[in-house]
Amino acid sequence: MKLDVAHILDWMEKANDKIQQNKTYLTSLDQAIGDGDHGINMARGFQEVIGKISASDYSNVSDLLKDISMTLLSKVGGASGPLYGTAFLKMSMALKDSDSVDYPQFVHAMEEALQGIKQRGKAEKGEKTLVDVWETLLEQLKEQDDFDSVRFEETAKLAMESTKELEAKKGRAAYLRERSIGHLDPGSVSSYYIFSSLSDVVKESV
Amino acid sequence: MKKIINDPNSAVQDMLDGFVAAYPNDVKRLPGTTVIARKDAPVTNKVGIVSGGGSGHEPAHAGYVGEGMLDAAVAGEVFTSPTPDQVFEGIKAVDNGAGVLLVIKNYTGDIMNFEMAAELAEAEGINVKQVVVNDDVAVEDSSFTTGRRGIAGTVFVHKIAGAKAAQGASLEEVQAVAEKTIQNVRSIGMALTPCIVPAAGTPSFELKENEMEIGIGIHGEPGIERKEITTADEIAVELTEKVIADLGLKSGEEVAVMVNGLGGTPEMELFIVNKKVNQLLSDKGITIYDTFVGEYMTSLEMAGCSVTLLRLDQELKTLLDAESKAPAFRR
Repeated sequence: MKLDVAHILDWMEKANDKIQQNKTYLTSLDQAIGDGDHGINMARGFQEVIGKISASDYSNVSDLLKDISMTLLSKVGGASGPLYGTAFLKMSMALKDSDSVDYPQFVHAMEEALQGIKQRGKAEKGEKTLVDVWETLLEQLKEQDDFDSVRFEETAKLAMESTKELEAKKGRAAYLRERSIGHLDPGSVSSYYIFSSLSDVVKESV
Repeated sequence: MKKIINDPNSAVQDMLDGFVAAYPNDVKRLPGTTVIARKDAPVTNKVGIVSGGGSGHEPAHAGYVGEGMLDAAVAGEVFTSPTPDQVFEGIKAVDNGAGVLLVIKNYTGDIMNFEMAAELAEAEGINVKQVVVNDDVAVEDSSFTTGRRGIAGTVFVHKIAGAKAAQGASLEEVQAVAEKTIQNVRSIGMALTPCIVPAAGTPSFELKENEMEIGIGIHGEPGIERKEITTADEIAVELTEKVIADLGLKSGEEVAVMVNGLGGTPEMELFIVNKKVNQLLSDKGITIYDTFVGEYMTSLEMAGCSVTLLRLDQELKTLLDAESKAPAFRR
């Protein structure tokens, strides 16, 4: 399948729904090992994304992803704003002028997004950040030659759950050192919502 | 939650407007932004200094905007870094060609947002340098982690860098003296009660009636140790000894002292702490050049305090003493 503008719009709608539903949960995860604003910030940012993209017309996915990026960058704040903003900006750049995205293009865009996140956050896999979800997913995507929505969702979920046993090395949770073990990384959980929403979009369109 | 607000979502906006209404001759709010700038910004032939961060630390950071200190302060949501577009607006508003120094507290979000803003500014031909304040000795200093947090010592960096810029120094010179201040300032905090972020509505952590936390961060991040509350003297000694040890202060050296309230502690208690800090430093032969007791870097309504020591030489003393018209740090 190919992802087009309608799919990306649907993706953002679904991601926003999941984030709004889990706003309090995300904040409680962040209160345990961070500064307690992740749910609030993500809910505000994604609501703004929906407001922005539903009021505009898009002829290609690149412009749409750029608007998503700029809105997240200016409305989320904290560390998540630059990280998610950078991820969607890199996707937009990787898919310049594409009106739809085939599987290899999508994998390429994910790869660029991950590199952007790692550079911005100076983080590597295994440091209890959203890199753990993004990099694990990319590894899985590269093993296949087409979308597998079920496996995609499962991989994201397992990667998200695996952050529970890790000691944080980056972000505010790193101050807790070994006391961060036993808690999920809030950024990995919000990344899981974003990717499970994409999985739902793919599932419904095949 | 019991707070004097209209709506959690408008708390920062309302606060900024109220701040400008209090100091209309000193500061202005850039329309459509969360930037508070000097009324006369951009100042001719002067390096601009921009700081900022999450809200909830008042009087930081807008209170330090004024002649002799910051040119602009960028406010984020409560305990949330301001976004790159807002910081970029602040940079543009204070630059007049002499360049802009960003004073950033060492938090992952602040660094990422300010760095993105610096990239945007550089793309427009503005010369931007940055310093990162990391004075909190409660956090282990390690290159493998995020490193130490920036807390109350940041106010001294604002003061000294601001004074240097007011003298007409170059961007490199202002950055160098800010770095020197950062090398010589250390702090540590403690809390008796948590605080409530308006949009969250619940406390970010819990402390039992008889408990205190040593090494708390200014967003309620956990400290080194949670234990039974003790006397002001013992608290003062524990905090001050940690700072002295980390700075390696020796008899004969001179310091500025800051005993900072976190928002919910009466000045009476801060002065009680300061009495012991003063005595301890004197006993060690460390000369107190100047003392600042009050609320400089708060954490909403958290009860607690922090102790900051700044090691001084002649240059830093002169810059600390220089005139400042910032509402929260008049000299």
